[in-house]
Amino acid sequence: MIPVAKEVGSLRAIASGGIVSPTGNPELPQEKEKQFRRELVLRALKTLQQEV
Amino acid sequence: MNKKIRVVHYLNQFFAQIGAEEKGDAGPGVKEGPIGPGRALQQALGENGKVVASIFCGDNYFAENQDEAIDVLLRFAAERKPDLLIAGPAFESGRYGVACGAICQAAQQKLRIAAVAGMDEDNVGAGLHRKSIYIVNSGPTIARMVPTLQRMATLGLKLAQNQPIGKPDEEGYLSRGVKRNEFAAKPPAERAVDMLLAKLRGDEFKSEIAPPKFAGSKPAAPLGDLSRAVIALVTDGGLVPEGNPDKIEPGRPTRFTTIPIADVNTLDADKYDAVHSGYDTAFTNQDPNRLVPLDVMRELEHEGKFAKLHEFVHSTGGAHAAVDNATRIGQEIAQRLKTAGVTGVILTST
Repeated sequence: MIPVAKEVGSLRAIASGGIVSPTGNPELPQEKEKQFRRELVLRALKTLQQEV
Repeated sequence: MNKKIRVVHYLNQFFAQIGAEEKGDAGPGVKEGPIGPGRALQQALGENGKVVASIFCGDNYFAENQDEAIDVLLRFAAERKPDLLIAGPAFESGRYGVACGAICQAAQQKLRIAAVAGMDEDNVGAGLHRKSIYIVNSGPTIARMVPTLQRMATLGLKLAQNQPIGKPDEEGYLSRGVKRNEFAAKPPAERAVDMLLAKLRGDEFKSEIAPPKFAGSKPAAPLGDLSRAVIALVTDGGLVPEGNPDKIEPGRPTRFTTIPIADVNTLDADKYDAVHSGYDTAFTNQDPNRLVPLDVMRELEHEGKFAKLHEFVHSTGGAHAAVDNATRIGQEIAQRLKTAGVTGVILTST
């Protein structure tokens, strides 16, 4: 849904884990899923530091 | 006598009668002839056109695999040698509207055929695609299914037959921002004075310039050093504490809820729920950290990756949100966060 975010002027947007689990991936084992979430959040924090 | 126009109709999983939100991840498919609303479309086309096939895809699948979904769907369409693609109508459903717009745009570009989508003018898909394709305004609810399909059929047949297309309000499509020269009976100054007089009399008048819909916003300056950053978590995915004490709506939101998390390290499934009519909440109810990443944010806070996690999560159910309400909710949340000294926000969206 990145184009939607940009359309309404939200320029710092990153692709999530999906519509039904933005910060997860139910197909991964629990520990791996948490790792996935951690990396996603770290990317989000980095995006907050970027010029747009 | 014109030849019969061959029409392919695009539908989402719901209107293709595959299933509701739980089937949102269904991949692309095709069936010969009309299905669901396609029957009303066939009636509207009458003798001039024939719905040769229906192509369809789950809304979530389309949103998450857009390029691939379009490739497969266009191949299904191309095999039926269509003259026209009709998509929707999607009414106020955002993902469906975006899909209708994208498939029409791709059909125009790649198959070089006429295409018409239908959706509400406030649908986010209309904002994205109205300049490049014809979109018939369906209004927000399914109540206008048949008249919308009739307008889409009439417009689509004209396009496929290379007939001249009238102005947006004559044909019922959303203005594409195209300017065409035409002769006016009066010069601009007289027209402007006429409008002003009509306005002063309280009569109806029609401006020749449409104001923009999205005010637009200036992005905040980037956060420098995260060691002083206060980060808040916000979501439009409808996170609520068990029992939904603020009674936020699962769709058409008018308010948001404020969830205290100062002493919370992870969102337990038995203490939090997702209330949202626009996506299947099974996975997020199983583990609400999949919606709001509190567990890892707390860990990163303890590790010193940033200064502090804000003590409240703000949440609303963003399905079918009216732009005015969504704007107000966003402004109210932003105001609270600013007052509380928050410097950055991670907003998770479904």
